[in-house]
Amino acid sequence: MNRTVVLWLAVGLFGFCVLPWYVLEDGLWSFEWLDGYPFDTDYAPGLFLLLQGEKLWLAPIPLVLVFPLLIIGATKRHAMFSRVLLITGTVGLLYLLTQGFSIGIRGWNSELLNLFFGELGDRQFGFGYGAMLVGTAFLFFLTTGIAARGIVNGDVFVVGAIGFVIALVTLFILYPVLNMLSSALQTNEGVYSIRVFFSKFFSDKIWGLHCLTENRSCGVAWNSLALALCVAALTTLLGLVFALVATRSGLRQAHFLRPLTVLPIITPPFVIGLAIILLFGLSGAVTTFVADLTGTNPTRWVYGLPGVLIAQLLSFTPIAFLVLIGVVEGVSPSMEEASQTLRASRWETFRTVSLPLMRPGLANAFLLGFIESMADFGNPLVLGGNYDVLSTEIFFAIVGAQNDQGKAAVLAIVLLIFTLTAFYAQRRWLGKKSYTTQTGKGDSGIPATLPRRILYPSYILVALWGTFTLVVYGMIVYGGFVEVWGLNHSLTFKHYITAFNFNYGENGIHFIGSAWDSFWTTLRIAATAAPLTAAIGLVTAYLLVRQNFGGKNAFEFGTMLSFAIPGTVIGVAYILAFNVPPIELTGTGVILVLSFIFRNMPVGIRAGIASMSQLDKSLDEASLTLGANTWRTFRSIILPLMKPAIVAALVFSFVRAMTAISAVIFLVSAEHNMATSYIIGRVENNDYGIAIAYSTVLIVVMLTVVTLTQLLVGKSKTGRRSTATPIQAA
Amino acid sequence: MNVSIKSKAASVEFQQVSKIYGGQVTAVDNVSLNVNAGELVTLLGPSGCGKTTTLRMIAGLEMVSSGSVFIGDKDVTLLPATDRDVSMVFQSYALFPHMNVFENVSYGLRVSKLPKDELTEKTNSGLALVGLTGYGDRLPSELSGGQQQRVAVARALVLEPQVLLFDEPLSNLDAKLRRQVREEIREIQTNLGLTVVYVTHDQEEALAVSDRIIVMRNATIAQDGSPRDLYEQPADSFVADFIGEANIMDVIINNVDSQSNTAEVHIGDMQLQLPSRGIPAGTAKLAVRPNRIKLSTHKSTSDLTATVRKSTYVGNHMEYIVSTEYGEWFATTDNVDQIHNVGDNVYVHFSERGPVLLPD
Repeated sequence: MNRTVVLWLAVGLFGFCVLPWYVLEDGLWSFEWLDGYPFDTDYAPGLFLLLQGEKLWLAPIPLVLVFPLLIIGATKRHAMFSRVLLITGTVGLLYLLTQGFSIGIRGWNSELLNLFFGELGDRQFGFGYGAMLVGTAFLFFLTTGIAARGIVNGDVFVVGAIGFVIALVTLFILYPVLNMLSSALQTNEGVYSIRVFFSKFFSDKIWGLHCLTENRSCGVAWNSLALALCVAALTTLLGLVFALVATRSGLRQAHFLRPLTVLPIITPPFVIGLAIILLFGLSGAVTTFVADLTGTNPTRWVYGLPGVLIAQLLSFTPIAFLVLIGVVEGVSPSMEEASQTLRASRWETFRTVSLPLMRPGLANAFLLGFIESMADFGNPLVLGGNYDVLSTEIFFAIVGAQNDQGKAAVLAIVLLIFTLTAFYAQRRWLGKKSYTTQTGKGDSGIPATLPRRILYPSYILVALWGTFTLVVYGMIVYGGFVEVWGLNHSLTFKHYITAFNFNYGENGIHFIGSAWDSFWTTLRIAATAAPLTAAIGLVTAYLLVRQNFGGKNAFEFGTMLSFAIPGTVIGVAYILAFNVPPIELTGTGVILVLSFIFRNMPVGIRAGIASMSQLDKSLDEASLTLGANTWRTFRSIILPLMKPAIVAALVFSFVRAMTAISAVIFLVSAEHNMATSYIIGRVENNDYGIAIAYSTVLIVVMLTVVTLTQLLVGKSKTGRRSTATPIQAA
Repeated sequence: MNVSIKSKAASVEFQQVSKIYGGQVTAVDNVSLNVNAGELVTLLGPSGCGKTTTLRMIAGLEMVSSGSVFIGDKDVTLLPATDRDVSMVFQSYALFPHMNVFENVSYGLRVSKLPKDELTEKTNSGLALVGLTGYGDRLPSELSGGQQQRVAVARALVLEPQVLLFDEPLSNLDAKLRRQVREEIREIQTNLGLTVVYVTHDQEEALAVSDRIIVMRNATIAQDGSPRDLYEQPADSFVADFIGEANIMDVIINNVDSQSNTAEVHIGDMQLQLPSRGIPAGTAKLAVRPNRIKLSTHKSTSDLTATVRKSTYVGNHMEYIVSTEYGEWFATTDNVDQIHNVGDNVYVHFSERGPVLLPD
């Protein structure tokens, strides 16, 4: 008996005969559904539905599902083995999806089907856990069948993993995005019209250029583009300056710059914006001070391009720094030494050797900054004023009085075109163009000190930026203790009490503060998403680094794609795609978890790739030649050696899930509210005190998480982990 | 010698095997070879000649693009590494850094679900075989390079594979240790009667350790033979030059005596009678090992005259480059007491045995 086939057959049958077929309104774990199970058609498993003569279109599914019984005794070399599995998998998946997409809450989903088959007079909800397991079984029948054909050396685990990742990416990234594109082609009445699409796409509100000639604002696309270009250029410049000071100033204190890189990770994206308001807003500290000094009226100058620009610079410079410090360190000091022995001065060396070598890295940082700025939602929302950008316009198109999904979709497409172009450029153009990793050999050279004409201005910039960052974070902490900013500056715990009050009652602690709900939800959802993100990321990284298969480049592009899809776009795409059967997720916690998994997957993949490339490939091969299969090798060789990467991926995805706002704000519901959307809600009510107090709490929580894990991982590194080094060196 | 580790040695056979990467790069081109059970065969060649790819195809780490692979009598062409009864010692040793020596050595036994006591016994006798009894609790990082190498050998041996593969096993050891380890490997192989396929680019190592050497060049087999055959009867100038050093010179065979298969070759006044090796009269190449070129200060009748261009003292012998009418030749001599200086005129002849004719 083939164990793989038996396993998936069991899973499929369990799904069909035991678990409720349709989605459960109260979730699986409420066990609400046990009342009436297994006969109530809302809760019944597929088998009981059919036995009661309900939903008869499901009948072919179990027939296909048991088809592999034919070959259950055969070995995988048997001629029928792969054919039977391929047929089962393909037919099963196709039928499952076809019936799911054809029959919805109102019967047939399209007029055409109504015309053809007549009114159905029945309906169905979205897939539930039963359908999910049956689908999974079909998927793995398919991959096992493909593996039996000898693809990827006939490796069941590898082909299964590839199929699984492809299925997930298709279902949760490609499908929603493509679905959104198609809704952009529809009028509000649901009729397809290319003309309406073009008139929306080329609308004056998106592409207008009035700001050049008259005193009106330009189209949102131009606003976004101008902002993103400024931010990309300036963050690259600042990041370079910081990286140079950190590595080539000869200043021992410069390593203090490194913790900076943690800041943007643990700061919710709009918090910087809040601090900017406290400083430069209408009643901001600096604004009122200057107004008092000069005797002028305070203005709202900061709302709009200046404010968003400042906030984004503060947020994204550390990211550029993180990219560029690797690039600057990658420039081999001996090349600079060679240049100097050839009688070039420091300045000439920097200009003609170091800087050109860094060029690909600079372009990379520029494109990253561009994508980050384009995708940023929090800062423009808080500080944008009349300066509309794409990401916020998408939001207002959906949630505002307009509720124009078509318009949101069109705006999302424009935004997607910008970010995907940048992403594509980064991968195609820079992927192969790196000067920094030419040799793995140690370099005995000492990094050259910078020429003075660069060094001194750099010091000044770093000092200014550092002070400003300190002030900003100081404001965030301080702001939470101020009664009402701008009016009454007396100190108070009021905001913390409102948000986080609790008392001891008879039944233990009562969390009566207004923020607890969203706080616990956030923790729970982030903690659910983190291990899943890490797992999918690492498995994908394993496939990318260690396995060779046809279409690997496309696979890599697809899995990294979600990095370039702005959160607002994902948000819109998800509510459009998952609001109706066959996949009904709106308003659940699952949709939040899914959005985090697929938004943060590239982070997990990168952590995995970085750490897996450090592992000698002959370790895997040794395990294989010793008789272990790929799954065993993955489990007992690769995973244990990747512990630090796993922890890093866990922490990153946890923290990013806690700080995310852009996609979240579309997906939260009364039941599942997240911390960030709660805070944004406070900001919109001008309730800055609680917003800032809550932000501080979030930052502290995440700082604790990051620091603790770094301590833990740091310790394990000095222990067994260090043993890897001599072997890699060999 | 512990008896609990046995050999299940089997032969290896390649039938017209090719490996093509990405439809373009041919790493191994239509190679047929066979390794008898209990034999140590070395794949030797410059980097990029396809020897490691060949080894990895025996292991099942690479799949052939065409042709068949047999281990014993079984066609294993389509089996991946996991399902082949072959173990491999890697260049980097590939010891699992998170497992101690015992766990490393017993890994393969654990994977094949051996009962616990048998596993312990086998692992211990494997460690004993390589002289590492008592090292079981150490981590690989706590061992020297030579010890790590032995752990890798023990790990491969305890599975009693049909074929044991070595991928440049000595290249990470320092020069003095190499001789010792290679003798240990050879000893274990002969004692247990293992089938071993060994890859190296070091011709001296290959000559010392092998029953048979297969020299590879540009994805094909250049020559297959015993170490002595390869050194003394190279098939062509590539093998002559790759195994040991050789002065390769263009010569003309005046005539071939078909009775004794002797060819007559003239280089200036120097007349040589050499085995013809089936080469007809006409142009040919002559390979002469540096130690077969004799230099002297006294002229005999058939000697050529030459000028010393370079003279290098390297401890146990002298190295010269001499320039003659027929080209510059590299010569060595054990005589380090009477040296020829640069610019000296010397007289040159070849020793009777040694020079070998090669096809043009």
